[in-house]
Amino acid sequence: MSELKEELKAKIIEQLNLEDVAVADIADDDALFGDGLGLDSIDALELIVMLDKDYGIRLSDPKEGRKIFESVQVMADYIQEHRTK
Amino acid sequence: MSEKFFIKNYCHIKNQTVSVNGKVIFNDVPITLGTEDFSTFIKNAYKFLKTDYSKFFKMDNLSKLAFLAAYLLLKSENLNEEENNIALVFSNKASSLDTDRKHEAAIENEAEYFPSPAVFVYTLPNICLGEISIKHRLYSENSFFIFDRFNAEHLQLYANSLLRSGKAQKTLCGWVDFDENSYDAFLYLVEKEGEIEHTTEEITRLYNTL
Repeated sequence: MSELKEELKAKIIEQLNLEDVAVADIADDDALFGDGLGLDSIDALELIVMLDKDYGIRLSDPKEGRKIFESVQVMADYIQEHRTK
Repeated sequence: MSEKFFIKNYCHIKNQTVSVNGKVIFNDVPITLGTEDFSTFIKNAYKFLKTDYSKFFKMDNLSKLAFLAAYLLLKSENLNEEENNIALVFSNKASSLDTDRKHEAAIENEAEYFPSPAVFVYTLPNICLGEISIKHRLYSENSFFIFDRFNAEHLQLYANSLLRSGKAQKTLCGWVDFDENSYDAFLYLVEKEGEIEHTTEEITRLYNTL
């Protein structure tokens, strides 16, 4: 699980082009949206694509992302339970 | 006799060089003898200019180029924090082709069909006008034209029309072209007062300055 969380942090930084943010800067429970990392709606769509592409998880309702993308911890828990690859 | 307008300031970004009013303010010398890629150059230019705008790194190459060129000219304009009436009249040859290709690559294989929303939103050249308008709070006319070549005649006519009709107080005009690591930005600000008259001859002369 710890490995997955580190992997997610690295992917978030790379795929969402978060300049000057390092893996160590993101705590497991940090909010990804709002006052946390400050991600926006396009970032949310990118994360949905990432779930599909890298973990074989296809969200039928984009609104599900609100809960799943709350933090790296929540994302990792969800991926652990639902991943198909 | 029709009202005259003037070019207040102009800038170029090309050949790893950033210049304002013909004076080089940043020249990024590659560490190796090879040509430095655009992303490294524009990132270094962004940092040199102390452009504090984290969304910059999410933009496509064309928007980064246009955004930085516009920033060079607008940062000293004492803009209103709420709203500004500066029209944007931009042009280029390659449209958004660089980003269009990236999007095409992401959707050409049916088995690996994962289009990136962050790439897709930049598959129009005028998106860069939106980025500039958001940053500088421009609630104004904006247009992006595609031409085979730099077209001073069209820029002059269109900008003067906007200013003469009162639709804009100032107009930021020019050429912002990006395709496969080849880039060329030339922007200039037109208003009612200044020293360089806004004529096609002067626009062409300034475009060819560097």
